[in-house]
Amino acid sequence: MTNTHRTPTGGTVDRSKTISFTFNGKSYQGHAGDTLASALLANGVHLVGRSFKYHRPRGILSAGSEEPNALIQLERGAHTEPNLRATQIEIYEGLTASSQNAWPSVEFDVGAVNNLFSKIFVAGFYYKTFMHPQSMWMRVYEPIIRRAAGLGKSPQEADPDIYDKMHAHCEVLVVGAGPAGLAAALEAARGGARVILADEQPRFGGSLLGSRGETIDGMPALEWVAKAEAELRSHPEVTLLPRTTVTGYFDHNYLVMAERRTDHLPRGSKPGVSRQRLWKVRAAQVVLATGSHERPLVFADNDRPGVMLAGAARTYVNQFGVLPGRRVVVFTNNDSAYQAALDLHDSGAAVPAIIDLRKSVDGPLARKARAQGIRIITNSAISEVEGGKKVRGVQVQALAADGETVTGPAESIACDLIAMSGGWNPAVHLFSQSMGKLRYDEALAAFVPNLSVQAERSAGACKGSFALPACLAEGAEAGRAALAAAGLDAAEPARVPTAEALEEQPLRPLWIVPGKKPVGQKGKHFVDYQNDVTAADVLLASREGYQSVEHLKRYTTTGMGTDQGKTSNVNALAILAKSLASPIPQVGTTTFRPPYTPLTYGTIAGRDVGELADVARVTPIHAWHVEQGAVFEDVGQWKRPWYFPRGAETMEEAVRRECRAVRTSVGVLDASTLGKIDIQGPDAATFLNRMYTNAWLKLDIGRCRYGVMCKEDGMIMDDGVTTRLGPNHFIMTTTTGNAAKVLDWLEEYLQTEWPELKVYLTSVTEQWSTASIAGPKAREVVAALAPDLDLSAEAFPFMSMKEAVVAGVPARIFRISFTGELSYEINVPSHQALHVWREMMRVGARYDITPYGTETMHVLRAEKGYIIVGQETDGTVTPFDLGMDWIVSKQKKDFVGKRSYARPGAVDDGRKQLVGLLPEDPAFVLQEGAQIVEDADNRTPIPMLGHVTSSYYSETLGRSFALALIKNGTNRLDQAVYAPLDGGRIVKCTVTKPVFFDPEGVRLHG
Amino acid sequence: MANALPRAGAVARFAPAVTALASSAGLVLAEMVPPGQVNLRGNPSDPRFLRAAGSVLNCLLPVGANTVQSTDDITVLWLGPDEWLILTAPGGETELIERLRAALGDVHAAVTDVSGNRARLRLSGPEARMVLAKGCGLDLHPQRFKAGQCAQTTMARVGIILHQLDDRPTYDILVRRSFAEYTWMWLKDAMAEYGGTIAAG
Amino acid sequence: MLLINCPWCGPRDETEFSYGGEAHRVRPADPSALTDEQWADFLFMRTNPKGAHKERWVHSHGCRRWFNVERHTVTHQILNVYPPASAPQPVQDIEAANGDAAPASSQKGARS
Ligand SMILES: [Zn+2]
Repeated sequence: MTNTHRTPTGGTVDRSKTISFTFNGKSYQGHAGDTLASALLANGVHLVGRSFKYHRPRGILSAGSEEPNALIQLERGAHTEPNLRATQIEIYEGLTASSQNAWPSVEFDVGAVNNLFSKIFVAGFYYKTFMHPQSMWMRVYEPIIRRAAGLGKSPQEADPDIYDKMHAHCEVLVVGAGPAGLAAALEAARGGARVILADEQPRFGGSLLGSRGETIDGMPALEWVAKAEAELRSHPEVTLLPRTTVTGYFDHNYLVMAERRTDHLPRGSKPGVSRQRLWKVRAAQVVLATGSHERPLVFADNDRPGVMLAGAARTYVNQFGVLPGRRVVVFTNNDSAYQAALDLHDSGAAVPAIIDLRKSVDGPLARKARAQGIRIITNSAISEVEGGKKVRGVQVQALAADGETVTGPAESIACDLIAMSGGWNPAVHLFSQSMGKLRYDEALAAFVPNLSVQAERSAGACKGSFALPACLAEGAEAGRAALAAAGLDAAEPARVPTAEALEEQPLRPLWIVPGKKPVGQKGKHFVDYQNDVTAADVLLASREGYQSVEHLKRYTTTGMGTDQGKTSNVNALAILAKSLASPIPQVGTTTFRPPYTPLTYGTIAGRDVGELADVARVTPIHAWHVEQGAVFEDVGQWKRPWYFPRGAETMEEAVRRECRAVRTSVGVLDASTLGKIDIQGPDAATFLNRMYTNAWLKLDIGRCRYGVMCKEDGMIMDDGVTTRLGPNHFIMTTTTGNAAKVLDWLEEYLQTEWPELKVYLTSVTEQWSTASIAGPKAREVVAALAPDLDLSAEAFPFMSMKEAVVAGVPARIFRISFTGELSYEINVPSHQALHVWREMMRVGARYDITPYGTETMHVLRAEKGYIIVGQETDGTVTPFDLGMDWIVSKQKKDFVGKRSYARPGAVDDGRKQLVGLLPEDPAFVLQEGAQIVEDADNRTPIPMLGHVTSSYYSETLGRSFALALIKNGTNRLDQAVYAPLDGGRIVKCTVTKPVFFDPEGVRLHG
Repeated sequence: MANALPRAGAVARFAPAVTALASSAGLVLAEMVPPGQVNLRGNPSDPRFLRAAGSVLNCLLPVGANTVQSTDDITVLWLGPDEWLILTAPGGETELIERLRAALGDVHAAVTDVSGNRARLRLSGPEARMVLAKGCGLDLHPQRFKAGQCAQTTMARVGIILHQLDDRPTYDILVRRSFAEYTWMWLKDAMAEYGGTIAAG
Repeated sequence: MLLINCPWCGPRDETEFSYGGEAHRVRPADPSALTDEQWADFLFMRTNPKGAHKERWVHSHGCRRWFNVERHTVTHQILNVYPPASAPQPVQDIEAANGDAAPASSQKGARS
């Protein structure tokens, strides 16, 4: 074990368990409980990556999810995952990780040359450098930027892991299991609430995990944490979720959490268990105890490996027993970094100096440091950092009176770590996502929650209360308040855990730390480490007029990395405010959006992959279609047979054969997908009369009628055949795609406009399975199935319905046609439909009954000029446009849509009308959607007449044909129009009437 | 016109429909033989409607939201303020419909055979609640949703009627037949981590 | 995701519902009596307030009933939910609602 930087004792890692892992091809060892970051630091490794734009060497900045630098490519092959934060990856045996943004290696990076040309990478460089021409963007610029910058590599193989989702409900969701969160959860749990406590770390304790010496209720802090966790575990209604990040806070207390269930284990070691789970939580009340993020100080070359946040340095030594440096210079503007100095010093690190920007310090922590012999240099700054791939030392100079420059001689201090603190930002991300309004707190120099919108309350550091006693008290209070707000009574008085308060002195915000040269001239003052945005970039953007914080963000890309600027936001906008000479609250802050930390696509998709990716609806006949080798077409969610190839038939051959069968013998279509609505009540006919454009009051029992339904604007929304089953009883059919929409539409009128109508609607779409038998031999097939039924044209005419027993099953038989042939639609209950279908195929065999699919159905109906809603219509088409004047009643005083036909736009000469088109080349099938023009020789832009709505090759006609919506089409019969196609081909077509076959309807009445 | 032909299950391609679940300890999924199903619409504040329905059903009409009433022969599920779903033995729907229509006479109501409309899947076992929670946003906590309650809701983007039968817990999931295969595959997948099984026919 | 309290079924996720636009727009009794402008106003013009907005929703995946919701268009807070006056009102007491309608023999079947 070569953990050169591991302290002999201390920390909560399990020193009895050694874990081997590989980083950048080299083997290392760590302990159970280490993160990749802590294990690397234990091995003395600081340089872990290269920066995004300048390829500057970067080290580990933080110890948590806010990490902007230490982005890692984890694992290889199918398991590989980019952009993970080394500070959050728990090591496991055999872990393999590598740096990103570095080629060929992190030690020698070719891209670092970007650093020398950094003038071209200034703020807005995307906009300035890669503006024109636009066509260059996709082909040239973007790939170059990607390759040069590097954002990790996405996996190239299918993800072998499982991801899933889980809904959850609770009275109180507590986000964060630090002191405030634990105190809140305890109070809520004691009151009997359903509590979910989620924390992104593998262990509960939050900031206490990295603390030393703190006591709660008289016991060491971690002992208190263990006790609290044990008590929570004893409450049956409490769910504890470590390794779970609350990533989104949505409307009505709907929160989304990502749980990492097996990421801490060797890959593939828990087969069947989802790797990550997306929780969707509806919480009556939420307690946010999300802690805070330490701010970096913005000084020259503040990104050198070995520059670390002071709180992180403290966490490494206290939680992991790792000394991130042996000789540590602390650089701060507030008291909190003194804790780090004391703990590091106590663990054996040399602390040659604490450099404090404040003019003087005399708090208890400063006194303690002095007592330990630590030198404190006040009113001073680090004016230069020595060392490239690793900090070697600092130059310290005194601050001028105004703090804008440094003066006097520089003192060199050798060190291998700079532990810095620029103050703390409450983690207000979720509060902000909940639409809560923030307030700028001058004393903290940070934004804190102000006005709540949803049922939540913040407690502890995320509210700006950093002291431990305040965290505990606010947590307990928030837990009780949440309990009460959820309508539960606390069974006992609050038990507020106690801790010792430590007086702190105010911080000194100095948003840009002055150095030896002015900003932008020497060294880089990084604001956003991940996106390589410097103070100079912010100032430049401001000078160029990007003075709104939202513009600044987009122009400089600050805060737009995967870390969403957790460490950079306040520094960036404070520098902007300073350059504008405006107060910070006036400049405002950007909006925080979900997710709090990045989510994998796998987690977002969950089980919606493969055969579960989308709902697939199948008819009761589906098994038979599969047996027959049908090729299926997606129609909405339905799987419908498209065509039934025989042998090696192509689609075209199969469709021609199917068409021929229907026109010459008999074919059958599974029409089960049609929507069906049962309509009952004394006002049923009146209701239909108002919803359909034609007349319904006098329809005889047992007779069918085609109807078109329009919206109030007069445009067609659906069509179908409706049949009168009794005086007060109808059965309506709708198109396959609109079944649910039409039912909602009808109910809306019944319930909101005409509640006085006595009508009940019931969806029976799936009660009935429909076999549509069509062709000259259809009658023979039906006769064989229902021998007792009189099928003569007199007894059972076109557009009528009979009930009969078909193959032993009670059926409704409708004599209606969508093909122009003699046709019967046999409806039987779905649970017996497959039996009837097989029987039908058996008795139909002697007529060579041919199953046909949707493609043949489309061709046959188009030959007859029958429309399909959604194909010939698009929400802008009236019945008149389709030449269906006959379907619109002139007698009815009112129906839905009628008034709109009197509007000027509805009777315009220029309206498009449905016509037929015959391409000059009878073998050529136009593309559906092809535009039609009057004169192909016109100069562009050529005025468009309309477009092709349906186009097929007709076996019956022996040629191609099409339907089209064309301006003033009915007046263009026999005229030529043109379809200019892709590749410059122009197809001449003749306009015809939109009926190509049996215009008199002899066959369907036969 | 009652017919004695067997009723095909909606997931017959995957598993046979069963008439009852064996009382095993584990998590189990089955399709039940499609029951007779009758949709009833009517105005519950019309005493004539209530009397007529009650006389045929031989139980109180569950007019409270999300509730179920059962006798040995039938189960009546509340679907809405004027809509109920009555489950009866396979084939029993024909006589039930005739009796309901006769009793209702000219009372404004609608009685509709929907026996073919939905498949009845049954999920039973200690982890059934977790399985459902993977795809259903309803709060199924025993204090919130109990045996004898039902709800029309969605699971895995499919509209379902969920009916809790007992505290094991056992749930009936009534789903439109066309969605049954998808729902079945989804449930089977969601059960996998708990070692769920398919009931033998 | 909104949590909408269906007047009949109780609180459910927004995904169970469909939106129906502005509430309380009554279809004119005699559309033919309207001018083109008045009809166009009925067809196309809607209020679009920043703040409280009364709108129609239907519980598509539940009881299929239309009802009204008053929602704050900025915060999405739901201020009020109410069924149309003409709709069947929610029932609290099953026994009372059934009155003398149920036969005595039904007792064995209570709420299983
Ligand atoms: Zn409802």
